[in-house]
Amino acid sequence: MLTNLKLLASSRLGSSIRTIAVQGSLLGLLPLFIEPDPFQFRFIFLAICTILIKGVVFPILLFKALNAADVSREVQPYVGYISSLLFGVVSLIIAFWLGNVLSLKNLPDSSLIVPVSFFGIFSGLFLIISRKRAINQVLGFLVLENGVFAFGAGVIGVTSLLIEIGILLDIFVALFVMGITVFHISQECDHIDTDKLSTLKD
Amino acid sequence: MIAGLILIPFIIGIAALLLKNISKYLLFAGAVFHALLTIFCWFKQPLPMLGGWLGIDSVGMLFLSITSLLFFVVSIYSLSYLEDESEEEKADILGVPSKSLFVACQLFFLSAMTLVITSQHLVVMWIAIEATTLASAPLIFFHRNPRSLEATWKYLLICSVGVALALLGNFFLGISASTNNKQISLVLNDLLSNASQLDPEWLKAAFILIVVGYGTKMGLAPLHTWLPDAHSESPSPVSALLSGALLNCAFLGIFRIYQICNKAGMTTLTSDVLIAFGLFSLAVSAIFILGQNDYKRLLAYSSVEHMGLLALGIGFGASGVFGSMLHTLNHSITKATLFLLAGVILLNYRSKKINEVRGILFNSKSLGILWLLGFLSISGSPPFGIFVSELTIIKAGFEQGRHIIAIITLVLLSFIFIGMATAFLNMTNGKTPTEKPLKLKPAMIYPPVVLLICSLILGFYIPLPLKEIIKNIANY
Repeated sequence: MLTNLKLLASSRLGSSIRTIAVQGSLLGLLPLFIEPDPFQFRFIFLAICTILIKGVVFPILLFKALNAADVSREVQPYVGYISSLLFGVVSLIIAFWLGNVLSLKNLPDSSLIVPVSFFGIFSGLFLIISRKRAINQVLGFLVLENGVFAFGAGVIGVTSLLIEIGILLDIFVALFVMGITVFHISQECDHIDTDKLSTLKD
Repeated sequence: MIAGLILIPFIIGIAALLLKNISKYLLFAGAVFHALLTIFCWFKQPLPMLGGWLGIDSVGMLFLSITSLLFFVVSIYSLSYLEDESEEEKADILGVPSKSLFVACQLFFLSAMTLVITSQHLVVMWIAIEATTLASAPLIFFHRNPRSLEATWKYLLICSVGVALALLGNFFLGISASTNNKQISLVLNDLLSNASQLDPEWLKAAFILIVVGYGTKMGLAPLHTWLPDAHSESPSPVSALLSGALLNCAFLGIFRIYQICNKAGMTTLTSDVLIAFGLFSLAVSAIFILGQNDYKRLLAYSSVEHMGLLALGIGFGASGVFGSMLHTLNHSITKATLFLLAGVILLNYRSKKINEVRGILFNSKSLGILWLLGFLSISGSPPFGIFVSELTIIKAGFEQGRHIIAIITLVLLSFIFIGMATAFLNMTNGKTPTEKPLKLKPAMIYPPVVLLICSLILGFYIPLPLKEIIKNIANY
């Protein structure tokens, strides 16, 4: 949760990526704390996979894209950093309110899960719409995806190994394709500002 | 059997990446294998796999046939399309020539779509739908110019975010399926037979999120913004597949949750939401079709229109579902025809602007006539198939007592007819000769002709097995 606030405030891309890595790794550990019997093979296997992909592979890919695109600092976003933080606080409140309103049966330990995941989803959406750089939008997408993932892992528990791996693989390929696209945007247009991508409209 | 349908295109796709010289023929081979297996499925119902996670029911059979037919036709077209594009060969991605990558991604795309259609487990379906986005993104980027780049970026980001919301919707469905004493699995049949035990509040939330999520992918207004860009900037065979096959897959996702909600007795909510989306899509597409000056965008907005009609059809329920399913088939066939013909026009005129394309009839009788027939078919004139299915949908609206909505639909459809007629007639009429005589390759003309004949046949007569299958779906 703190990591999300940090993301809303930070302007340096490098630190944002590291924050996402931390967030991803925490997410990988989440199922282990929730499941009553955490030392089964599949839970541990899943946690290792998540941490490996979200905590190690994603940051490497993102840093590569960053080097290729040759940028390190966010230009003026649509919404300033202070108002972003304010938005963060407001959405945090809404997330807690939602967590209270939504009645979850038979889930004693997860009082914090719902607010945390909703806060992730809100911040992710906000990051996507308020930032100009393509790579920041990718980060926003990751935060959003992390939020959804936290909700799934926290509330439903581990449904099935195959499915979780499938979802992880999908997100991994998504990031890969997005990384390539970011690279091409920077090559073709000498910038990765999406507000300059506006030739196509009616 | 199902494994074959999914894995064979995938394996051939990987082969296309490795064997760069013969990748073109591998595309054709993949299409033939897939088509043969699909035909085989018609004669012998394949057994479910992986404990019921994958299986083909009536809806699946219909959508599988559409996808397979379109892919087969498009693969023939692509053979000569790729030759024509050869002058524009550009740098490679990761050492793979763009053509092999194109072929491979098309095959991956086919494999992902087949997985969407055959998956009975809703989260597996989600994984497959996200996979279709990823496999088709490089296809849209084929031309490697800033415009296609922009289209690809929008497509990737908007669809991925939309589909992420659908995943949240699926998790909500999971919560609603965990009742006090047991957990119902997210396999379609389980959900349908236990629909009454689902928690209604969570189910409602799940329905809204899934409709919004997959609706983004399906191109329902106001979530359609990626669609005109992606369809107009991608190469024509890809546009044909996106419009004719991919949008159907997203529609299938919505249809599954619709089935579940209906079983759980939430018909009013589902039909209201779907009718609202459908009507809004029709209105938006009517506005943008009138005065559109790019014929591929025109076709893309027409896809938004027809997706709206599909949503309306299942919103009306009962015979509307029958109409929608028939309409899916008709729309896919006709829209693929038009995109393939648009590809031929684009190659000859080198312009996507309607006012720069003049006198198609004067320059080539056959292309002009085909383009006009395509127009008649897509705008729902008799005797083509779309006329029958649009009529069924609107009639269902009147039968359900939704008179006003049905009348608004008719008015909007006539606006769209006028808008499209202006555009198409402007393109065919006139006596402006082109600089060079038009180059019409048989492999690029016959595929649309075949599809047009299919559409014509469906206007007169629906083959019995097909009718059986659609009836099965409607009586769920």
